[in-house]
Amino acid sequence: MRRRDWIATASGMVAAGLVRTRFDALDLSAQALEPSGSVPSPQIQSGVVSELGRRAPAEELRRLSGPALPASASRTPIHLLDGIITPADLHFERHHGGVPAVSADAYELLIHGMVERPMVFRLADLKRYPAISRIAFLECSGNGGAGYNPEAPGDLTPQQIDGLFSTSEWVGAPLATLLREVGVRPGASWLLAEGSDAAHLARSIPLEKAWDDALLAYGQNGEALRPEQGYPVRLFLPGWEGNANVKWIRRIEVSDRPTMTREETSKYTDPLSNGTARQFSFVMDAKSVITFPAYPYVLPERGWWEIRGLAWSGRGRIARVDVSTDGGRNWTRAQLQSPVLDKCTVRFRHLWNWDGRETVLLSRAVDETGYVQPTYRQLVEARGARTAYHQNNLRPWKVSADGSVAFAAGEMA
Amino acid sequence: MRAGRSAVMVLLPLMVGAASCARTDSRPDRDRVDAGPVAAPVASPSTFGFGTPADEARIALWDRDVGPDGAGLPPGQGTVDQGAEVFRARCAACHGPTGTEGPFDVLVGGEPWGDAEAPRRRTIGNYWPHATTLFDYITRAMPQDEPGSLTADETYAVIAWLLARNGVVTDDVVLDAAALAGVHLPARHRFVPDDRRGGPEVR
Repeated sequence: MRRRDWIATASGMVAAGLVRTRFDALDLSAQALEPSGSVPSPQIQSGVVSELGRRAPAEELRRLSGPALPASASRTPIHLLDGIITPADLHFERHHGGVPAVSADAYELLIHGMVERPMVFRLADLKRYPAISRIAFLECSGNGGAGYNPEAPGDLTPQQIDGLFSTSEWVGAPLATLLREVGVRPGASWLLAEGSDAAHLARSIPLEKAWDDALLAYGQNGEALRPEQGYPVRLFLPGWEGNANVKWIRRIEVSDRPTMTREETSKYTDPLSNGTARQFSFVMDAKSVITFPAYPYVLPERGWWEIRGLAWSGRGRIARVDVSTDGGRNWTRAQLQSPVLDKCTVRFRHLWNWDGRETVLLSRAVDETGYVQPTYRQLVEARGARTAYHQNNLRPWKVSADGSVAFAAGEMA
Repeated sequence: MRAGRSAVMVLLPLMVGAASCARTDSRPDRDRVDAGPVAAPVASPSTFGFGTPADEARIALWDRDVGPDGAGLPPGQGTVDQGAEVFRARCAACHGPTGTEGPFDVLVGGEPWGDAEAPRRRTIGNYWPHATTLFDYITRAMPQDEPGSLTADETYAVIAWLLARNGVVTDDVVLDAAALAGVHLPARHRFVPDDRRGGPEVR
């Protein structure tokens, strides 16, 4: 009997009530599952299949938004996640004009300016182009501002300090394909990307990035983008600061100069201690954070613990992560969990036999360009104490003798 | 000894035969038999012909940005006095009665920017590099409760008031496209390209 025939026959028998499947044999009420012997049976509280899964009741993770209303940012609980992929409903948010409700049917992307053929693309058009996917991090360049302060309080979680950071598999059409479709004119060097949000957030992007690896992304972790991630289409620029990854993208204007939008002049520029401000500082430099143990976790006893964390670089692959369990006097190479991908997050691990004494834990990322994640003091020397954005300095955690763990920015000041 | 050698002579062809059978069942041979020749992937065409041409009217519907050279600024004008009224009615609730109080972005004043650390409060007067950015941003994104609702005249007026309060223009200015494009903000020369390049140096 061929497999298909067997299935048909078996289904018919079940439908006719001729046989009882294993699940039929289970009365699905908990009462019927009361163990007859001493071995407890699993409790089945409802059906065995469902159209949409849900998290175990004890695992209801949440993003964290600030007390100010209306909140414009929410942070990923990076210290409560395993692996590198962020569940899409926990991906961080940073909005500048709310979350627009964009209809997939009505969606249009206009590409014009210094092009041979100005065009409008609907979602179905974009999906028809050859697609690519890549797993990559996305980080707000304001992420970690709380860590750039020796006076920062100790009762900050990794989510509060560095939760404007997430990792996803992004799927979409390469922007380069669309640029070939419209035909970029000689002399063009920039593009303006504009969103459909209430602020029509806009950023100028060098054309070079568009040709390199920019993506018009419509997929995230196997499904359509979430509305708060730019549904139905966002710009995705691997390794570049979150703000430039324009969500709900509706317009791309090709030009020969930047537009000097508000977000690339009065915001998202980095004032330096020499009287200048760095502009178009797109790339996110290498960074690592220990996510365990970290506040508010309390180590219940001395002995073997695995220090865990995340590292990433906008300039390529992470080459190495070093961990120190003695406040930076000695460093050991941490284990990197494969795969180690380009412009992507890698999880690192380091086995630690805690002797029960007070100490400071540190991690330090090194990327394939040879860049070493700096200390707070190094960044202050390079940019000044009053700089803004791109504050990727080390994140120290102080472990007390009672096992409590506190953020300890001052330890490396 | 001789008997042993005979055994090897007899077994050898059998072993070779068994090896041959094994190779017949191996994957490469099966693929060769079943799959046939495989061509290289199709190369992408330079264009696919997807999408719809956009005419000037369609482009104009969304093409509203204003560049640092003033390109895109619409007709219209406004005075500082008119701008004071627009600011009071539409902006002060978030930015404070004089643009200095907040609770949201401080727009006016701020300490002068010396040759070292940037000012604590980064305002239009001490930090913004281009006055055209004000029009580009306000006309699309402000006020937050009703973005895009100011007329061109109201937008020019409120920008005139903001620039006057920051000491960039005089109180008798009549701001229009040409005048706004000609405004030079104090911090313009301070903005420098990103010089971070990776590698061992921390910048």
